[in-house]
Amino acid sequence: MIKVVGLRKSFNGQPVLRGVDLEVPDGSITVIIGRSGGGKSVFLKHLIGLMRPDSGRIEVGGVDFGRLRGRALDEVRKRYGVVFQGGALFDSMSCRENVAFPLREKTRLSSTDIAKQVDTALERVGLAGIGDKYPEEVSGGMRKRVAIARALVTEPEIVFFDEPTTGLDPVLVNTIHRLIQDLHRTSRFTAVMVSHEIPEVFDLADRVGMLHEGRIVEIGPPAAVQGSSDPIVQQFIRGEPGADQ
Amino acid sequence: MAEPPLASALRPVEGLGRFVLHIVNSAGRFGTFLGQALAAMVTPPFKLWPLLGRINYIGFRSLLIILLTGAFTGMVLGLQIFFTLSRFGSEAFLGPAVALSLIRELGPVLAALMVTGRAGSALTAELGIMRITEQIDALTVMALSPMRYLVAPSLIAGLITFPMMTALFDVVGIFGGYLVGVELLGLSEGTYFGEMQTFVDMGDIMTGFWKSVCFGVIVTWVCTYKGFHVSRGAEGVAAATTQAVVLSSVLILVWDYFLGTVLP
Repeated sequence: MIKVVGLRKSFNGQPVLRGVDLEVPDGSITVIIGRSGGGKSVFLKHLIGLMRPDSGRIEVGGVDFGRLRGRALDEVRKRYGVVFQGGALFDSMSCRENVAFPLREKTRLSSTDIAKQVDTALERVGLAGIGDKYPEEVSGGMRKRVAIARALVTEPEIVFFDEPTTGLDPVLVNTIHRLIQDLHRTSRFTAVMVSHEIPEVFDLADRVGMLHEGRIVEIGPPAAVQGSSDPIVQQFIRGEPGADQ
Repeated sequence: MAEPPLASALRPVEGLGRFVLHIVNSAGRFGTFLGQALAAMVTPPFKLWPLLGRINYIGFRSLLIILLTGAFTGMVLGLQIFFTLSRFGSEAFLGPAVALSLIRELGPVLAALMVTGRAGSALTAELGIMRITEQIDALTVMALSPMRYLVAPSLIAGLITFPMMTALFDVVGIFGGYLVGVELLGLSEGTYFGEMQTFVDMGDIMTGFWKSVCFGVIVTWVCTYKGFHVSRGAEGVAAATTQAVVLSSVLILVWDYFLGTVLP
């Protein structure tokens, strides 16, 4: 389980996270929604250890992840898979080499076994046969799927998705969401996703949390969040401009 | 409310303090970065292919520019020094003058400046783009050290290739001087090379060698640091690339002076 308690972060005196509390049950898909600039990406960067909190705790399996350094931090990260917003594929490598990279660097598998696992991973995301192309030679949707294949090829326990459908058309958004759902069903990883896709994420998530002005203002099953009496949540779900717009 | 007169009088001092803090802070981050890179260089497992890739990128692909600039530098030196020496009737010393100028000073400095312009800027831009497209973050969250994968191979490649590039620059430059002094201006071949053997000793060669080693570290260190810490998208990459080239070039010249005073 991932447990976040009182997470705070400021930049140049400007608070971005003002005490985030969140619990992510094992094997669930938890989606964090919220307006742009609300701190979602900063929050995710704390969860994956790219930023350190000013105060508060991030527990991963009972370990205070936010305070770990060096090898201890890397040991926890080995249980992670991360899908970045733009895919973050290595542009000097082909799609196949990108997916093979974590296996080549983090395991002692033979090249034959790596090739087999890469084929399986690309097949699972519906990209069998495009592996020899470079990231710049494939479409945005394909890049996202290669990124998902790379994140999942080491069979991580926890997978983080940073707006995995940004910039895609509605059909591709649903395709990627269905793909994540299918992969989750077969692999049972714990997923934390940051997304803007309303209402699509309600079909995907087990739990939805809304981050607003640096705090989780609502969290629960999709139906409960959709039926929330909080005007901020309702305003965001309906896409209505706020008083500050 | 009006500002107290003392506060406005102290503003330049405050500005100076902020500037000094910024310099100290930057120097600290530069130093920490180099320390981490050096630690990554000596931490196994060692990756041969990334290193060979960097040697190719920094060294092999700079060959043409080194050959061209080396040849013309030697030719210009041959021409200018010949006319200067001929005023004193000392043309016989053309060979040692060209060789010493190249081996001790111009070879290491100009080769380093050329490699900075060609490979250093590309190194910064490459790392900068990797930073803004989250490729460096991707390495980090895979529990793989970007220092070991991206920075350490560049530093080692700099240590290996800069002395080799400098040696090549020197040799080509000496033959450039030969072309002008012997083939065009009529100095005898024996005089050109014979006097060179008399006046150039191992100490001169080692001076040039140590300079090139230092410049190899400076250029790869500054360029990888600037690329590694890019922010603000494409504009940030452009700014970092310019800063890397300017700072590397300035440091090469400043360090050249200090080494010139310390080395025999």
